[in-house]
Amino acid sequence: MPDTNPSAGAAPLPRRNGGAGRGEARAGVLFALPWMVGMTLFVAIPLILTFYIAQTKFQIIGAPKWVGMQNYEALWTDPAFWTSARNTLVFAVISVPLKLIIALGLALLLNRATALSSFYRTVFYLPFLMPAVAGSVVFMLLLTPNAGPVNLVLEALGFNPPDWLLDPNAALWTLIMLSLWPLGVETLVFLGGLQNIPKEVSEAADLDSPRGWHKLVWITLPLITPMVLFNLVIGIIYSFQIFTQAIVIGGTTGAPAESTLMYMVVLYRAAFRYFNVGLAAAMATVLFLVVLILTLLIFRTARSWVHYEGGER
Amino acid sequence: MSERRKATVGTRIGMLAYHALMLTISAVFLLPFYWMTISAYKSNAEIFSDPVTLFPDPIRWENISALLTRDDFPFVQQFLNSVFYAGTVAVLVCLSCSLAAYSFGCLRWRGRNLVFALTVCALLMPTIVTFLPVYLAWSKLGLNGTYWPLITPFLFGDAFFIFMLRQFFMGVPREVLDAARLDGASEFRIWWQIVMPQVRTPLVIAGLFATVYTWNEFFLPLIYLQDREAFPLSVGLFTFQSQRAVEWSVSMMGAFLTAIPMVLLFLFTQRLFQRGLSSTGLK
Repeated sequence: MPDTNPSAGAAPLPRRNGGAGRGEARAGVLFALPWMVGMTLFVAIPLILTFYIAQTKFQIIGAPKWVGMQNYEALWTDPAFWTSARNTLVFAVISVPLKLIIALGLALLLNRATALSSFYRTVFYLPFLMPAVAGSVVFMLLLTPNAGPVNLVLEALGFNPPDWLLDPNAALWTLIMLSLWPLGVETLVFLGGLQNIPKEVSEAADLDSPRGWHKLVWITLPLITPMVLFNLVIGIIYSFQIFTQAIVIGGTTGAPAESTLMYMVVLYRAAFRYFNVGLAAAMATVLFLVVLILTLLIFRTARSWVHYEGGER
Repeated sequence: MSERRKATVGTRIGMLAYHALMLTISAVFLLPFYWMTISAYKSNAEIFSDPVTLFPDPIRWENISALLTRDDFPFVQQFLNSVFYAGTVAVLVCLSCSLAAYSFGCLRWRGRNLVFALTVCALLMPTIVTFLPVYLAWSKLGLNGTYWPLITPFLFGDAFFIFMLRQFFMGVPREVLDAARLDGASEFRIWWQIVMPQVRTPLVIAGLFATVYTWNEFFLPLIYLQDREAFPLSVGLFTFQSQRAVEWSVSMMGAFLTAIPMVLLFLFTQRLFQRGLSSTGLK
């Protein structure tokens, strides 16, 4: 993913030498054809149509009616839009970096061969396999105020625990905390990067500077920046679309008191509860532009902080 | 002599501290699984008993049959729906994505890099941005409420799995293809008889990932399906939980039986999973 230049590593472009090359070129197009059709039908055309629908009043039944920028004006004055945008932004901005830091820490801890290594790896990976609905329901039980096990234990230890998911001031932070549980993919991606660091580099660094911190900051981190970029981009894109956990825990109203109301939930209820497809499409286009700008920004800055083996690309 | 002993004692203490730390972290990660499992075999009263019990007493095996016989949570039917949904998508992903991945990874043609760049864009595109028109088209066709909208797109391919499989296809040596071409093999035969057998393991990996993703998929089936009997487990569990919030032991048994197939699948195939991850395209 960090590779914005798709040709890197693949075979070079065809030379014009006729014969076999032409057959290969034809086969190349034919083999890619189903996917090109799929991309056109399910990505390109719908993308354009979404921008069109966003400019119409459309209630699923009946024909769409052109209304220009009205949907965007309605969004601008809709408090639910702003609440959900704020919640989603807080969620993404806090949970993604936290997750990356913890995953990196776990990967560093995992990066040594012991008798239990594969056990630890498995354990860290398991939460990713848990269906998000099931995971959220389990956390709702664990964190039940008063009667739930977490609070019973905390109270027994003399703490005064919050009501977690039922406290409007704590619910969003609890949701962020829960999002840190399934970090197996990020951890294993980092671990893969750590294990690809050549032994000689690592040993030379040990000789030059016996301090672990120096090695981490100046040798290890730069070598795994491609994985940081990968995890960062994917993490940002996905956390802006958080839906399942939010709707299981907060329903379509973002209970308690709209504190867990997420952007995708507001979009979902606009389209499928209130049948206001035009407004939902307008929300989708806003999300598209925000994600697009963020991704471009990250890739732009990536040139200065991502280090690719083999020098410049 | 004593120096050396000191060093080994030191590393031994270091090892102990390391494992103590790792086991503590593991316990935190496993706690929700453990709590889900024991709660599935408790009564509602015992789930919220004070002090908390770390093991169900007695183990209520009847919770399983209680779940399976409820008509507001047709678990067996929904389980079969999930198997059908995940299995079909996994097979389609292997077939359709290997076509495009072969083209991007092994063949040279004009425009290839452009089309692959577009594929990466499609991969990063939030689902919802393209979702509404597709949904409206399916409802015009009268196919909402069936699995057609959920499965058909995978006939054409999926950006993520094309991206993942391309990495493996790129590892097939070019000389093999050229030799086959000199022997006069058709391009289709080269793909099917020479290249595909070499990427058998990656195909299984892609199939496994597709199975897990589809088993856990929530948004699309929630929107396309309306009938309780048609839901996959993810949506079935959500619907039950949001309507019968107080019946925790049934919810927990449902969550347990929803999660356990994927956990087992993973435990039996984890080598493949980890290979799939380390090659998700970071080179």
